Amino acid sequence: MSASLARADAGGGAAIRFAGVHKWYGSFHVLRNINLTVGAGERIVVCGPSGSGKSTLIRCVNRLEKHQRGSVVVDGVELTDDIKRIDEVRREVGMVFQNFNLFPHLTILENCTLAPIWVRKMPRRDAEELARKLLSRVRILDQAHKYPGQLSGGQQQRAAIARALCMSPKIMLFDEPTSSLDPEMVKEVLDTMTELAQEGMTMIVVTHEMGFARQVADRVVFMDMGEIVEVNAPSPFFDHPRHERTKLFLSQILH
Amino acid sequence: MDSLAYVREAPEAEDAAPMLSSGVLAWARANLFSSIGSSLVTIGCIALIAYWLPQLVAWATTRAIWSATNGALCRQHQDGACWAFVIAKWDYLRFGSYPVAERWRVDLVEAVGALLIGWLLWTNAPRRAWGALLFFIAYPILALVLLRGSSLLGLPIVDTLLWGGIFVSLLTAVVGIVFSLPLGVLLALGRRSPLPVVRMASVLFIEFVRGVPFITILFMANNLAPLFLPEAWAPDRLLRPLAGIVIFSAAYMAEEIRGGLQSLGKGQYEGALALGLNYPLMTALVILPQALTLVIPGIVNNFIGLFMDTTLVSVVGITDFLQAMNNAIKDPIWAGPTIMVTGYVFAGIFYFCFCFGMARYSAHVERILAKGRK
Amino acid sequence: MDRASAKRWSWLNDERARGLIYQILLLGCVAALACGAIYNAVVNMRARGIPMGFGFWNDVAGFDINLHLIQYSNLSTYGRAFWVGVLNTLLVSAISIPLATLLGFVIGVSRLSPNWLLSRFALVYTSILRNTPLLLLLLFWYNAVLKSLPGPRQSISIGGAVFLNDRGLYLPMPIARAPASLFAGAVVAAVALAFGFRAWARRRQDRTGTQAPTAVVAAALILGLPALVTAAAGAPFTFDVARLSGFNFKGGLQIIPEMAALVFGLVTFTAAFIAEIVRAGVLAVPVGQSEAAGALGLHRGLAMKLVVIPQAMRLITPPLTSQFLNVVKNSSLAVFVGYPDLVQIFAGTVLNQTQAAVQVMAITMAVYLAISLSVALALNAFNARYALKGR
Repeated sequence: MSASLARADAGGGAAIRFAGVHKWYGSFHVLRNINLTVGAGERIVVCGPSGSGKSTLIRCVNRLEKHQRGSVVVDGVELTDDIKRIDEVRREVGMVFQNFNLFPHLTILENCTLAPIWVRKMPRRDAEELARKLLSRVRILDQAHKYPGQLSGGQQQRAAIARALCMSPKIMLFDEPTSSLDPEMVKEVLDTMTELAQEGMTMIVVTHEMGFARQVADRVVFMDMGEIVEVNAPSPFFDHPRHERTKLFLSQILH
Repeated sequence: MDSLAYVREAPEAEDAAPMLSSGVLAWARANLFSSIGSSLVTIGCIALIAYWLPQLVAWATTRAIWSATNGALCRQHQDGACWAFVIAKWDYLRFGSYPVAERWRVDLVEAVGALLIGWLLWTNAPRRAWGALLFFIAYPILALVLLRGSSLLGLPIVDTLLWGGIFVSLLTAVVGIVFSLPLGVLLALGRRSPLPVVRMASVLFIEFVRGVPFITILFMANNLAPLFLPEAWAPDRLLRPLAGIVIFSAAYMAEEIRGGLQSLGKGQYEGALALGLNYPLMTALVILPQALTLVIPGIVNNFIGLFMDTTLVSVVGITDFLQAMNNAIKDPIWAGPTIMVTGYVFAGIFYFCFCFGMARYSAHVERILAKGRK
Repeated sequence: MDRASAKRWSWLNDERARGLIYQILLLGCVAALACGAIYNAVVNMRARGIPMGFGFWNDVAGFDINLHLIQYSNLSTYGRAFWVGVLNTLLVSAISIPLATLLGFVIGVSRLSPNWLLSRFALVYTSILRNTPLLLLLLFWYNAVLKSLPGPRQSISIGGAVFLNDRGLYLPMPIARAPASLFAGAVVAAVALAFGFRAWARRRQDRTGTQAPTAVVAAALILGLPALVTAAAGAPFTFDVARLSGFNFKGGLQIIPEMAALVFGLVTFTAAFIAEIVRAGVLAVPVGQSEAAGALGLHRGLAMKLVVIPQAMRLITPPLTSQFLNVVKNSSLAVFVGYPDLVQIFAGTVLNQTQAAVQVMAITMAVYLAISLSVALALNAFNARYALKGR
């Protein structure tokens, strides 16, 4: 329990606020009445069975998915169809995908400098300096001039994290970042994410890695069938789950 | 609900989607009018359809002449198609100048062929190996005897000069596929052979045939075959372009099959070798059955292309369906400005139905194969 | 077999020995067939009085060709007729390929449009054109459309400068006047300046990060500079408009109906295939790529330009070049509409007149093979440079 939780509790400095958010795919009600506030510097882990809507939830934060009812406010900016606002939000929110989505026709360095040059309009030299700094922080500076296809899965995901960080985002979203990795590479990516968390980055992480959740999360959110079922700090969540469905889910994945 | 710890008390009721997110209106908004540009395009397209479609439909149906014995009626009504012409010429379009009394032979050959092809292409058919045997070995002999005639069996000989129309188009395409498939398999295997001479020979053959236009292959077969063969063997005028078609199709078939062989992966070869199978056994029992099944969609596509390419045989004097249509159009009894357009449109519809139908089948097989190969 | 003889023949089981034997057998068979074929050919050609050398190359052709890019008359040699044919083949290919690519890209992009109607229109186009034989298209355009146009005296006229009749399409022929070289210079200068501006803008972006509207400036230069020169120095071209004199048109640029039919047919047919290639290429770029670009803050236009299109072009280029080759090979259908291309002139008329079938076919095929080979080599070089690098 820390200061960030108290901050979130007080509702001040909220990084992300979901209020009465609903989403439908055609006639399928995929997000039902989501109410969630994420404070600045808070680390949220979202877990749940597949099809529960957790990926859809975080993709609503940078408008990769559109909600149909309710409001999503990110860093004080409400997300609507207004393109300017969407671009504004996307500049401040970084995202790491399950299958990395690195650009295969560019080197790792070019992947990282692309957005700073074209969106933040940085001079090339400054962008490259920033990229190198972040690539060394995730410990793949020596791969800077290689192409994504030449890196291992773990290296590619760390490169993807560095690419997102090059935009100096205030919030980082992780959509099952380790689900596509071989077991021996999961740790290096989780370590990188843990370091990021310890530096105070606001994070929402969708993952099945419960060890990570216990160690790093401020709160754990359990979603099932489109609705938020239970939210709590890690210890009470894992040790004393209160809702029936939470207990069922935990019994299935913690064996 | 917005606090630190939260436990759900009652499940959230499922709600109906707001009107604009589903249903016809939502669809229209997203797909037809999503932006100003898109709306303008939609309006433009609708205007075009409203103008042209009724005209087209009327030309083909309400204003068309459906029955007549000569071109007079069609000359009078020039704003509609002259389907009576097609109906009158239908037998010629189907058989060319094949003697009327013997046309049952053509029908028989076509029926048997359709049956065998259906058997082979139906993905769940039993004992398809038997079907393949019948189709590739017994059927060609049967077809040859029936179509050409044989004094032994009391069937009058019909010279290939008289053959024409749809059955010739089908014949050339089917013969092309039937013979080019085994040749293509040999070439594909040869191209992947570790023996340099074999590989070189295959590569040279394939790249040579694929690098020149089909017409030159037909010319080559037609003009050079009589020169390179001894005088006594003078090959039949239909046989020469058929040989050209087989050579041409085999080269493209070989590339398709090679793709299938490559996508099998080393694992299949290694598994077979580890069991002690030698090269011929491995190829026949393990590799080819899988590779050929994989490339069935590609083979069907080749067949479609070949069927369209058979239109070129008229350049060496064979009367295929298109040439038959050309001849029919020249009939002075039916002369008129709408005859040519009607004839070509009908030919277009014929080829379209045939080829599009085969393409749908190929897509269907691809879907089934993809499911099995997950 | 007893032990001794089994050992003697055991070398036959050696894989390498067997391989060698098979290859020798194959070579032997091929050689035997070739010898037999050549022997027969010599015998047959002697018996029928067919020339065996290339002497016919310098004989007088004795026939006219209605479209020749170099000097040709019926007193020219067969050799010259050959070159006329080659040039005509290259001409029709050079015109058809860019037009087909342009049309194909437009239709392909329409196929991908979020507008449902536009996408369906494009689908109808590609479905019909890909399932219709090219020959049928050519015959339709040539016989049903172009040949049924009215005669020269009743030509369809567009703006009094363009005329359409059954002898062809008559366009105004541009004739250079004095300021033409200045105009040409202005165009060249404008293009050079546009490239220079782009290079300067790139360097400035690298240095300071500010971007410049290169496309707009380039367009302004290429349109504006020549316009300025025209305003200052006068029109660089006059146009020789075709005039009806007697039964026919004189002057102007005449495009014979054979060529028009061939170009229409080739362009509309090939565009359908190119459209599918473009569509498949763009769809093959995983959707995650544009999502990642969007997540980084790139708006749709930049995401297309920097991320999606570079990847799509790598996938599109090989099948696209294959279609270009198909245009060259399909131009041989000129023989059906009477357009004087290489096959129609050389493998048609010349072969019929000289009966030198072997030589004529060999040369004709060699030309097409040379074209195919060069394109294949160029494509290989392109792939080697631009392919996505993997491990």
